[in-house]
Amino acid sequence: MARRAEPVGAAVGIGAAAVVAALILGALLAVFLRAEAGAGLGPADWAAVRFTVLQAALSAGVSVTLAVPVARALARRRFPGRRWLIALMGAPFILPVIVAVLGLLTVFGRGGWVSHLLGWAGLPPLQIYGLHGVVLAHVFFNLPLAVRLILQGWQEIPAERFRLAAQLGAGPREVRRLLEYPMLARVAPGALAVIFAICLTSFAVALTLGGGPKATTVELAIYQAFRFDFDLGRAAMLSVIQIVLTCAAALVAVRAARRDSPGGGLDRPIRRWDATGRGARVWDTGLIGLAALFLLLPLAAVVLRGAAGVVDLPGVVWLAALISVLVAAISTGLLLVLALPMAAAVAVGRRAGMEIAGLLGLAASPLVIGTGLFIVINPVADPFALALPVTALVNAVMALPFALRILVPRAVQVVERYGRLGASLDLRGWNFARIVLLPRMRAQIGFAAGLGAALSMGDLGVIALFADPEHATLPLQIYRLMGSYRMEAAAGAALLLLALSMGAFWALDRGGRWHAEA
Amino acid sequence: MKYLAFAAGVMAAGAAVAAEKPVLTVYTYDSFVSDWGPGPAVEKAFEAVCGCDLKLVGAGDGAALLARVRLEGARTEADVVLGLDTNLTAAARATGLFEPHGVEAEYDLPIRWEDDTFVPYDWGYFAFVHNAGKPAPANFRELADSDLKIVIQDPRSSTPGLGLLMWVKAAYKDQAGEIWEGLADNIVTVTKGWSEAYGLFLDGEADMVLSYTTSPAYHLIAENDSSKAAAAFDEGHYMQVEVAGKLAGTDQPELADRFLQFVVSDAFQSVIPTTNWMYPAVTPKDGLPEGFETLVKPAKSLLLPEDEAASMRDAALAEWRDALSR
Repeated sequence: MARRAEPVGAAVGIGAAAVVAALILGALLAVFLRAEAGAGLGPADWAAVRFTVLQAALSAGVSVTLAVPVARALARRRFPGRRWLIALMGAPFILPVIVAVLGLLTVFGRGGWVSHLLGWAGLPPLQIYGLHGVVLAHVFFNLPLAVRLILQGWQEIPAERFRLAAQLGAGPREVRRLLEYPMLARVAPGALAVIFAICLTSFAVALTLGGGPKATTVELAIYQAFRFDFDLGRAAMLSVIQIVLTCAAALVAVRAARRDSPGGGLDRPIRRWDATGRGARVWDTGLIGLAALFLLLPLAAVVLRGAAGVVDLPGVVWLAALISVLVAAISTGLLLVLALPMAAAVAVGRRAGMEIAGLLGLAASPLVIGTGLFIVINPVADPFALALPVTALVNAVMALPFALRILVPRAVQVVERYGRLGASLDLRGWNFARIVLLPRMRAQIGFAAGLGAALSMGDLGVIALFADPEHATLPLQIYRLMGSYRMEAAAGAALLLLALSMGAFWALDRGGRWHAEA
Repeated sequence: MKYLAFAAGVMAAGAAVAAEKPVLTVYTYDSFVSDWGPGPAVEKAFEAVCGCDLKLVGAGDGAALLARVRLEGARTEADVVLGLDTNLTAAARATGLFEPHGVEAEYDLPIRWEDDTFVPYDWGYFAFVHNAGKPAPANFRELADSDLKIVIQDPRSSTPGLGLLMWVKAAYKDQAGEIWEGLADNIVTVTKGWSEAYGLFLDGEADMVLSYTTSPAYHLIAENDSSKAAAAFDEGHYMQVEVAGKLAGTDQPELADRFLQFVVSDAFQSVIPTTNWMYPAVTPKDGLPEGFETLVKPAKSLLLPEDEAASMRDAALAEWRDALSR
């Protein structure tokens, strides 16, 4: 590609990507260097790799396939409470795994609500445990993310396009072919890749819903290598496999995604003239209702379980909540500092490198990264003193791929639309970012920051490896409560966490929203 | 300027006072240091007599704890490690990082305890916990033949899960694989850790959960709820003995010895039953708390010698995985 006049530089973004890569790969290298000679990968490990790829591919495929019609329905309909619904639907994604699994099983388990209903109808209970259970759980976690990413794609189609389509007499079919399919071709591969990457490191969910050792994932094999055999070399090798798989998925996604953007518009509220038919309305309403039911019932279970315990939570839980909010705030700041320059770098053509660096945080095993950081930090500083900053940093890196998915399409669009105009006015670098790019990315920045804050709040992350009695985060405190039989208080604390995460997400996402759509 | 000098003097004096107090660092598992575990009471009681600062550091569970000590090797800051169990002592001993202790005590363990490196501080029996009043199987074969649904933990990621693996092996030796095949259709699911499994059981996902004979004591004493019971199995119950050991590289050898002696004393042991919900290694002089007398007493205690347990572990795991993967 001939070097064109670039409105923003890629150097800062490349720097940020290098920091991320150094952090992840450095930690991995540290584990390798510390390893003694151990056994190589055995047949059981390869079986774990196969199962992991299978369940991750299925989970990503099903999540995105279901998300497309749901996102379309949400893009076409305006109704009271739509905003709340979209925000609430994101909640499964940010809950600690253990809480979400218990909520999910309260609804879909053997003794769950659905099984009770079936029992009244004289039917046997739901058989949830197996590969289908793993996929169901991963869809529960990731459908909201897929819906949000794809919905955003819809919202990035300028309102003028729909207006033009309507003026030219385009019906739903033409709108689909001319506007919606090209948008999906741009957005869906990235969504697939990021969900595939999340599911690659799944462990507790896959094992519990999978019903036993046949649902052994690579992450579980890493646990086994680390705890059972203390074979650091094998643990690191397995994590390399995770990274290779994720990078392959990212490359496929980058190649598959079409780069043409829908162009810019005047940021008018979107109106749709192609979906006013009664059939379309009933279809959309039904889809939104089903998706809401699927996602909100387990959340309702979490709320119901926690309601009794939340009234007299012990003081340490509130302290943990405060620490979690603090960690989430730092983590969100770090996330934006890393993600925005990287998104800008993608917008000026440095695509593949950024995407891969962005996915690294998700790809590598949290256990291996935590261990690696521990090995690196331990000789020079007290790991406990650094527990909270390290947790904030790792959480930021783990949220990076989501932030990039959210920020990149918009950044590409803005640079394409305004880059030349800016250059002709000699508006470059920081001035272009400040006057043109950042204001036009407000919605995406808000969404990314909200997601980052919520993810950091709910993530157990590396804090478990660096745990220190006085500085437990809320998720860690929930595990501790459960570990000492206090299931009711744990459920109460989980409800508090849900409220805090949703609150943070809501405030940040709302702060950035600029589309006048309710 | 004068004030500054004064302030510096005061701070230096403060630092000197702090420095006079030696610090004893004890690595343990996370639930020990939590506000609901024995940690806070133990810290208070030991600091009252030792003239030192006891620093309890939590690191995951027993297996993660050992991995942590191995990671740090001889450089570790830890003086004492508390929270390994009998499935980990062989590997811990083999690291050469631990040093013999000089603790003498009259242990109330169902087995003879002779170990010059590790001091036991509590113990328990693994057992399947169920809702009281419901019929319970009397052994693994009855359980396998029944329609009862159970939740267990993965031996690769959980201490009780590994305990169950050893339990079946100790009770059935070469027939263990057969037992697991029989149990396969009773197992609802396998979880990462104890908390998930116990939570699922309380939610009604299964009829029984792998836990300890002492679990019903928590519900009885802390929640005044007598609805939980542990099933007594006539093959015997596998034991878990939790131990503490002194690191050879400690910079506080005398304090570490004092702490290990403190571990078997009344002040420590009396805290254990209602915080760790296990049996104390030395029965406190006031006896066990009210409610413990209601617990199931297994007729037979099973515990494989540590080297035997270590040598058969991988084969037992393969057997377990094959039987449950069909």
